[in-house]
Amino acid sequence: MEEEESVGCGRPTGSVVGEPSGGGSEEKPLIAKEVPMTEVKVGGKAPDFVAPAYYRGKFVKVKLSDYLGKWVLLCFYPGDFTFV
Amino acid sequence: MSAVADRYAEFQDLGVEVLSVSVDSQFVHKIWDEEELSKMVDGGIPYPMVSDGAGNIGKVYGVYDEAGGVDLRGRFIIDPDGVVQAMEVLTPAVGRKVEEAIRQIKAFQLVRKTKGAEATPSGWEPGGTTLKVGPGLVGKVWKVWKP
Repeated sequence: MEEEESVGCGRPTGSVVGEPSGGGSEEKPLIAKEVPMTEVKVGGKAPDFVAPAYYRGKFVKVKLSDYLGKWVLLCFYPGDFTFV
Repeated sequence: MSAVADRYAEFQDLGVEVLSVSVDSQFVHKIWDEEELSKMVDGGIPYPMVSDGAGNIGKVYGVYDEAGGVDLRGRFIIDPDGVVQAMEVLTPAVGRKVEEAIRQIKAFQLVRKTKGAEATPSGWEPGGTTLKVGPGLVGKVWKVWKP
């Protein structure tokens, strides 16, 4: 699920989980493409992304769609070393 | 995020994988975990701490704050089909309550298990009365549930 690999910058794949990424190659960062990015809404598929992560002492690559079949709690927060 | 880590065993018991995301690099995550979080939570943060350096992930999830250059506090519950079942977004100064996330996950899991035959009313707590969805319930909610 979490492979040890460098992945550059975190980025949405432009697709939702379980669907092939929209149009362009997954390996290319999506830069201001005219294709509208998928947006999140309840009842809809989660926008997929691939990003670098720190996990138990290792640097890994995380891809949301690898978690299909499991419940996921996805938590955004403003920053490390903040207080709340 | 340490509050979530503190309840991690409960999330595991519920079959829930946790991912945290901020604009900090994975290297900063490492140092934060080693220097601070591991002193609050035994063994440190037990789930992947994702880096969203350019805020691109936050943008598609509607939580990226352009002015501050950060991802706001946003919490998404995603089911095994990849469907977003719940979201909650707060401005930075107010923290979340992990208990509420756990309550909602239990409710969504119950609804899923019953294939939508049961729903959880306002204020539902695990073990509480559920609503049996169907024509028989129309106009009769008062019989089975009160605020």
